[in-house]
Amino acid sequence: MELGLQVDESRSPYTVLSVKGEVDVYSAPRLREKLVELVSEGHRQIVADLEGVDFLDSTGLGVLVGGLKRLRSHDGDLTLVCTQPRILKVFEITGLTSVFKISTSVDEATRGS
Amino acid sequence: MDRSLELTVPSRPEYIGVVRLVVSSLATARRAIADERIDDLKLAVSEACTNAIEANNAAGAGAPVVVTCWEAPERIEVRVSDSGGGFDPEVLPAHPPVTDPERLNFERGLGIPLIRSLVDDVRFESSSNGTSVCMTLFGAPEGSDETSEIVRVVISEQD
Repeated sequence: MELGLQVDESRSPYTVLSVKGEVDVYSAPRLREKLVELVSEGHRQIVADLEGVDFLDSTGLGVLVGGLKRLRSHDGDLTLVCTQPRILKVFEITGLTSVFKISTSVDEATRGS
Repeated sequence: MDRSLELTVPSRPEYIGVVRLVVSSLATARRAIADERIDDLKLAVSEACTNAIEANNAAGAGAPVVVTCWEAPERIEVRVSDSGGGFDPEVLPAHPPVTDPERLNFERGLGIPLIRSLVDDVRFESSSNGTSVCMTLFGAPEGSDETSEIVRVVISEQD
């Protein structure tokens, strides 16, 4: 149940962070650390690809909200890529679909740069 | 048919994945519940375990989290119990609306609203001796028998 985090910087100005595995109270701190690290390195347009996420709980949502807040305070943004109904449902129940930009693919999220 | 399974796990985040696996396997193997509903139960149980671990650790006694699953002909019920200081689920702070920029200041507090949305019934029994969250999912049984079965599992850490 190791959390997979992979960074792709080939789509400038976007930085794609691919997340794989289960994001819960155990693994979410690693996601938080990675987002903080990327922002402190100067990445401002981050696309979090959640297509490889099997499970996401409220701790994971909290980390993503924290990442969005951090990026917006630096005039940046966090876009999510997610098409899985089981993950989208968590955003819908909590009303966070209105807070995040949610794309259906990394291509869509990084288009128009 | 009446079966129950009791799982006792240390109050550490790495054990929540085990609880999810056990609860979802039980629900999948023995009941005619749609996968989507099993995902709901898995998430609700995970949220309850996260809160239970936090409550136990705040109390500092090193108590475990006890998860009990019951299967009855028309439902599966999961109870997550801690030995923390208790809380009143009716007085949780409300989040600002999602259109309010202040919403981004709230990274926590989504667990209990999620639990309430995901399961068919939820009861919070809380006192100064601890909290139990009882979550019920209704569904048709795959079959029925008259056996009664109790399985008890205790996971402990070796220092």
